[in-house]
Amino acid sequence: MFLQQLINGLMLGSTYSLLAIGYALVSGVLDLVHIAHGEVFMLGAFIGLQLVLFAKVNFFVAMLGAMTATLVLGIFIERAAFRPLQKGDFLSPLISTLGVALILQEFARNVFGAHPVGFPASFQIKSYQLGFLTVSTLHLIIIGLAFAMMAALHLFLTRTTFGLATRATAENALTARFMGINVNVVVVATFAIASAMAGAAGVLLGLAYNAITPVMGTQIGLKALAIIVLGGFGNITGAMAGGIILGLLEVMSVAYVSSTYRDAFSFGIIMLILIIRPTGLFGHRVHSEQ
Amino acid sequence: MLSGFTESLLIFIGLNIILGLSVYPTFSTGQISLGQAGFMAIGAYSSSILSTRLGVPFALALAAGGAAAALVGALIGIPAVRVRGIYLLIVTIAFNEIVRVFFLNFKPTGAATGLWGMRQSTNLAWVYGLVVLLILFFYNVQRSRLGRAFEAIRQNEVAVGMMGVNIARAKLMVFALGAAIAGLGGGLFAHYTLFIESELFGFPMSAEMIVYVVLGGMDTFWGPIVGAILLTILPEWLRLLHDWRMTFFGLLMIIFMIVRPRGLVGRETVSQLSAFVVQRLPWQRSPRSSTIS
Repeated sequence: MFLQQLINGLMLGSTYSLLAIGYALVSGVLDLVHIAHGEVFMLGAFIGLQLVLFAKVNFFVAMLGAMTATLVLGIFIERAAFRPLQKGDFLSPLISTLGVALILQEFARNVFGAHPVGFPASFQIKSYQLGFLTVSTLHLIIIGLAFAMMAALHLFLTRTTFGLATRATAENALTARFMGINVNVVVVATFAIASAMAGAAGVLLGLAYNAITPVMGTQIGLKALAIIVLGGFGNITGAMAGGIILGLLEVMSVAYVSSTYRDAFSFGIIMLILIIRPTGLFGHRVHSEQ
Repeated sequence: MLSGFTESLLIFIGLNIILGLSVYPTFSTGQISLGQAGFMAIGAYSSSILSTRLGVPFALALAAGGAAAALVGALIGIPAVRVRGIYLLIVTIAFNEIVRVFFLNFKPTGAATGLWGMRQSTNLAWVYGLVVLLILFFYNVQRSRLGRAFEAIRQNEVAVGMMGVNIARAKLMVFALGAAIAGLGGGLFAHYTLFIESELFGFPMSAEMIVYVVLGGMDTFWGPIVGAILLTILPEWLRLLHDWRMTFFGLLMIIFMIVRPRGLVGRETVSQLSAFVVQRLPWQRSPRSSTIS
């Protein structure tokens, strides 16, 4: 029973992580909060679903399609709601991306409808019994893909020149500029990567829960925001761990405490951690003033 | 007499002014609370329970709702004032979610079915009475030692601390004050709409209150007032946009942040406007000579 919950929690947590590390990447590089990240995630889920339903492509192609679409969307958001803003204030990007979130949510409601929709049953799930444990292909696909993508991002950031440039920009954008790094390109790439990962997370979580709605982005976006703060603002490893921890916490609280108070429980823990350790669990990076 | 439509529009304008002003105290010390809807919920639910189940008179129930919100605000505030900026933002969002989920599941206040049975006690006099009181209050605070301390905290916390201002106490005060105002607004809201449910008091409501301040202007308390008025009337005019109203709102927010990030009403707007008015007052002897900067 406990092991089963562990696997379910790992599945949920790995999609949270996938969403949160993109978020942490954007936050770390730009020192800001991108409220519409959850809405990008939601659109990714919808686009993946549309591709499966109408273009009849297989799941992996649909996921690639959704990632491409959200990647373009991310670049567009950067252009429209970030680049024109004055630098140095953390409130104005917060509000402008809140505006983006409103727009994307209404777009999804008008185009895809307000009712929850899910992936067709043709995605047959095979289950394997391992003693007491039931492991389905769904578990394997979601956990596998999420971890593969996180590993790819890690390799990109640590082993490539461009990844180095990204980390340098996150450390100090001005100094990075002096070193000849084209910070604008780094910022655009950051947005693109983070949004593509959010799109992938959307498709995966949509598959896991089979209920995709236009409002699902808000709740999950808030959770992702909480995760990156939990993991230390802009700390990618922290965000990954934070996502897994939150996924496990939620599943465990449903199993052993109460299902109706699930969200209150996880937000309560987050509040507690922030009050006791204001820089997050893994945080060494203190956010500047404000 | 006013038509029903105009009256309800005026009442919502007033309510939104109150809610917008509830964000302002924390804002004036440079911090943001994105959990005001949580305090609003506490005010709305506790005043409604008092007036329906216990038959407490409206004025008393309203005050008790505000007090309950202030109490919770102070309790949350004691640990919350230790964190700031983005961390305070998350703490307040988390608080809001906890309150929402609590009322969604708490049987005595109706849980998921909501709460009703309130009498329609809120009217224009109550709403605008409170608005006027709040304006007088903020106007006086702004010119007091306390108001200057708030402003100074916003500009440089460390320096103010060295000047001997008790920063933690000041922050706790603004936090509880903002909670109390949101609680009063919640009580008035509940006794006007006559039905409340937990979903009304989620993150979108808190975000809306922030938007009043941000679009209206964050330098003075006139900002949230102007913001609340505009953003309540605008959607009525935008009925023809129909399904795309929020898109228009969103575009407005993005454009504003690019063009005028400190909001519509800045400090200079207020001083220029008051200079303009003062110069034209009939008892002003030589209008040209009175330069007020």
